[in-house]
Amino acid sequence: MLQMKKLIAIASVGGHWVQLLRLRPAFLDFNVIYVSTHKNLKETVNDKTFYLVTDANRWDKIKLLICFWEVLKIMVKEKPDAVITTGAAPGLCGIIIARFIGIKSIWVDSIANVEELSLSGKIALKFANKVYTQWPEVSDSKVLYFGNVLS
Amino acid sequence: MIFLTIGTQEPFDRLIKTVDNLAGQYKNYRFVAQVNSSKYEIKNMEYFDFISPHEFDHIFKESKLIISHAGMGTIISALTNKKPLIIMPRLANLGEHRNDHQIATAKKIKELGYVYVALDEAELAANINNLLTQSEIPIKKEIGSFASEKLTSSIRNYLDEI
Repeated sequence: MLQMKKLIAIASVGGHWVQLLRLRPAFLDFNVIYVSTHKNLKETVNDKTFYLVTDANRWDKIKLLICFWEVLKIMVKEKPDAVITTGAAPGLCGIIIARFIGIKSIWVDSIANVEELSLSGKIALKFANKVYTQWPEVSDSKVLYFGNVLS
Repeated sequence: MIFLTIGTQEPFDRLIKTVDNLAGQYKNYRFVAQVNSSKYEIKNMEYFDFISPHEFDHIFKESKLIISHAGMGTIISALTNKKPLIIMPRLANLGEHRNDHQIATAKKIKELGYVYVALDEAELAANINNLLTQSEIPIKKEIGSFASEKLTSSIRNYLDEI
């Protein structure tokens, strides 16, 4: 039997995570491995592999490094075929690592960013294969708009 | 029950204090609050820090009204659970968030009529006073369980190329 391809889906606790789970119909053909920043979220994806990583932001460089290292370890171990994230920092780490190990990556910018891409989203533009915004006003030649997570 | 949730980020004492004062006036309602690293001393509400998603869902579903910061997690939960929600945005200059994106989010959510929106404490108190006069608070919109089909199929099509 053909083994299912592996997708690593990363989102920080809160709105990012809620939005990631709403994208699940897109993951049906994949064996999904979830990564987030709060241990209690495992119960929302019971049957799936779940990894906990350190939450980080750009004001805390040490935590950012720890987070990057943790995501890197997961990706080396799991050898995914692709990475998808709705943000924030751990997802960006995943996107950057994906670029360097040569696998596809998708950044879906949070619906909270209604006027411009998030700062992480702007960095993700340099590394991700696809970047989506959830607002038509934010889209351009490089930033895709195909509706949003509310439906 | 009236449920206040400020999400998982920075403190938001301005919101907690406003709702705590209201809780003092509405003794006939049980006010429950999810807060974190609050300096303000809560007087009139039951409160906790982080609860499991299942417990959170339970409180959510039992509530007559939900009050929260302008975080998308709570907004989406209210829309999918068909619960009335009123939001107030965090402000960066008061140390409530790292930037002011919640103001833009709140204005957009208001414009599109998804949930009730208050931009400051006075507007919040006035809105809650008004909403609590109603025996059942109407919801403004509801949504399904997943993102738009256009978005998920675009992502799925791209993933299938791998």
